[in-house]
Amino acid sequence: MTSSASSEFRAGMLDMAPFVAAALPMGLLFGTLAAAKGLSPLEAALMSATVFGGAAQFVAIDLWRDPAPWGLATLAAFIVNIRHVLMGTSLARHMGRFRPAWRPPAMFVMVDETWAFAERRALKGPLTPAYYWGMGTVMWMQWVAGTTVGALLGQSLGDPAALGFDFAFTAMFICILTGFWRGPRTGAVLAASAAAAAVTKLTVPGAWYVMAGAAAGMAVAVAMAGDDPDAEARR
Amino acid sequence: MTLDPATLVAIAGMALVTYLNRVSGLFLVRFVRLEGRTKAALDALPPAILMAVIAPMVLTEGPAETAASAITLAAALRLPLLAAVVVGVVSVVALRHVIG
Repeated sequence: MTSSASSEFRAGMLDMAPFVAAALPMGLLFGTLAAAKGLSPLEAALMSATVFGGAAQFVAIDLWRDPAPWGLATLAAFIVNIRHVLMGTSLARHMGRFRPAWRPPAMFVMVDETWAFAERRALKGPLTPAYYWGMGTVMWMQWVAGTTVGALLGQSLGDPAALGFDFAFTAMFICILTGFWRGPRTGAVLAASAAAAAVTKLTVPGAWYVMAGAAAGMAVAVAMAGDDPDAEARR
Repeated sequence: MTLDPATLVAIAGMALVTYLNRVSGLFLVRFVRLEGRTKAALDALPPAILMAVIAPMVLTEGPAETAASAITLAAALRLPLLAAVVVGVVSVVALRHVIG
């Protein structure tokens, strides 16, 4: 690894530090809940290592029973994580510096946090593989470690909400959002997304609100793009 | 340390669909022409998703979370990222204590 690559890797790791502080208690909590539902520490750690998706795992554990409801758990994971289709399409545009063979493995560590910071990085300059893998490595390791410790302790560690950890993720996304501001048009996109997501969250069970917000925001952006000649592309 | 077969199948199913969701963008992006309205839609995608993910916490969770979100935004425009996050977390704890 060249010196610039190792400094990029370190930059990626450091950028995830605040997320680790917020996500580690979540991993502990997930391990605890999984143990309470009868999963062994090995099973809980295996789920975190291979699924690597907090929201989907919490939903699955919530509906877990014995024997394991594999169809329901798979469907839940699909619905909760379907936002990754759109996120991956956007991230793929910034993977020019990644070797083609390394792009599919890189997508494995695309979680909300690494995706958001990769997009943020791409606003300022090219996204390097070293920076991206620095983020992915840290997030994967802390999630698996937190799950394992939580499952081994096997007792309630208290509610992360009491310490405000549940809000850290929201606060981080608000900060990242400010970097995407390009004027009133951005405001219109955000307003449409927020309104559609909030209404959907209140009326439709599950995680569809993310897709509803994304669709509304994109629709507004397309409408404002106006009538240009090559506008037949999609929809 | 036990590994239950049904649990293994469930974990494998969850892992598979999650990865398929994540990797599909690599192939979808080939069919997207990066101009005109398609470009406008894709450029709007990151902020639209960021907003949608946090919209329930910002708008529907309660007055404490909504107020803390506004405070976080104000801090984000003035402070470095990490400091703004700390301001947000501290304010939500305080506001939940005061207005629930």
